[in-house]
Amino acid sequence: MNVVTRGFRGRGGQDPARVPPGQYETHDFPVLSAGPTPRVDTGEWTFSVEAETGRTRVWTWEEFRALPQERPRVDIHCVTRWSKLDTDWEGVSLDVLLEDVETTAEYALASSYGGYTTNLPLQDLTDGQAWIVHTFDGEPLAPEHGGPARLIVPHLYFWKSAKWVRGISLLHQDEPGFWEQAGYHDYGDPWREQRYRGD
Amino acid sequence: MVAWRPATLAADRWETDSARTLVLDVPGWPGHRAGQHVDVRLTAEDGYTAQRGYSVASADEGERIELTVQRVEGGEVSSYLVDVFAPGDAVEVRGPLGGWFVWDAASPDPVVLVGGGSGVVPLMAMVRERRRVGSRALFRVLYSVRMPEDRYYRGELGAHRPGDGGVDLFVAYTRRAPEASPRGPGRLGAAELNTHGFPAEFAPVCFVCGPTGFVETASDALVALGHDPRRVRTERFGSGGGAR
Repeated sequence: MNVVTRGFRGRGGQDPARVPPGQYETHDFPVLSAGPTPRVDTGEWTFSVEAETGRTRVWTWEEFRALPQERPRVDIHCVTRWSKLDTDWEGVSLDVLLEDVETTAEYALASSYGGYTTNLPLQDLTDGQAWIVHTFDGEPLAPEHGGPARLIVPHLYFWKSAKWVRGISLLHQDEPGFWEQAGYHDYGDPWREQRYRGD
Repeated sequence: MVAWRPATLAADRWETDSARTLVLDVPGWPGHRAGQHVDVRLTAEDGYTAQRGYSVASADEGERIELTVQRVEGGEVSSYLVDVFAPGDAVEVRGPLGGWFVWDAASPDPVVLVGGGSGVVPLMAMVRERRRVGSRALFRVLYSVRMPEDRYYRGELGAHRPGDGGVDLFVAYTRRAPEASPRGPGRLGAAELNTHGFPAEFAPVCFVCGPTGFVETASDALVALGHDPRRVRTERFGSGGGAR
């Protein structure tokens, strides 16, 4: 039973089918990061997938850009309570990047330039649920939003969508990432309000 | 589940024309570390709820916490909390939240605090916690505000209170400086971060908080000055209307 706050009415008017509980819709694109923005040159950029066996597949920027591209339009939900609807991205599906990887792992850990990490079940990265994107709204992805390339996993809170991503490791054991170690939820489903550990 | 707790407004202070400090009694508050934040939940009579995150401004002092809320035009939560919320009224809070943008009060390392506008709030909590625990860690605070009237905590931050020896404050006015000020209005730049912060060789912990553009610029400058990016902790307030 919530405490009713005297005199508070609020704006309301959000679509509960698209804006999860505790969120509000924004038309801006706020930035949240734990530290300075890494500047990554595409000439030095690589993306790798490392299986639990240690076998690693690496793509240079040119190789990555030559892969089949998709243009997902998705809603995104930040744990700091903003949601942004109908965002347009361009990039490569994780299904493409994981296609030739032999694995029996159940977990994944995404790592970023600058040292950020986040963990997810591997099954949340496949079947058209996740992309490595390089373009937002028709423009190259800005560094503060994770450029040159970031992960997007729109069905989870947006901290799972690692900026400046440099690789994904496949693991037999779940390994908490940066925010997951700092008190945030291990899975982060916005529709179940899994914001913090224990939610 | 991090519990929601009723929080009753015990007292309030105006920091500026548009920012108000809320002193909340939160029975059962478990304590917090300087720099952490809380979620605030407001519920209307018809059941509509809205939630926002706010940094805690106060030191860890029992079951009473302070938040400083800046009114955002069109912000349904901030305009309620600044203009309507009255002593005796209740909201709900949960926390403390966030385990990264946090000052370790046991650490003797020097500290550089860089705040833009309302980004000074969690930095004030660090200065207050330093005073409360009697820390001798050296603090340098760089505070960027548009004009003198926009400064929060005017009688306290930089006022050399007992226990604040070792805390230096530099204020950068971006639009209009006080008449007596030798520094004209202008943005806080790398040179001033260098002069008024600590050299990278001292390996300070740097906390940077404010609007996105401010944090991007200041944290880039700290890295350019040689600070280890892993020791530059940032908290960005979205540009978003209503975000705070």
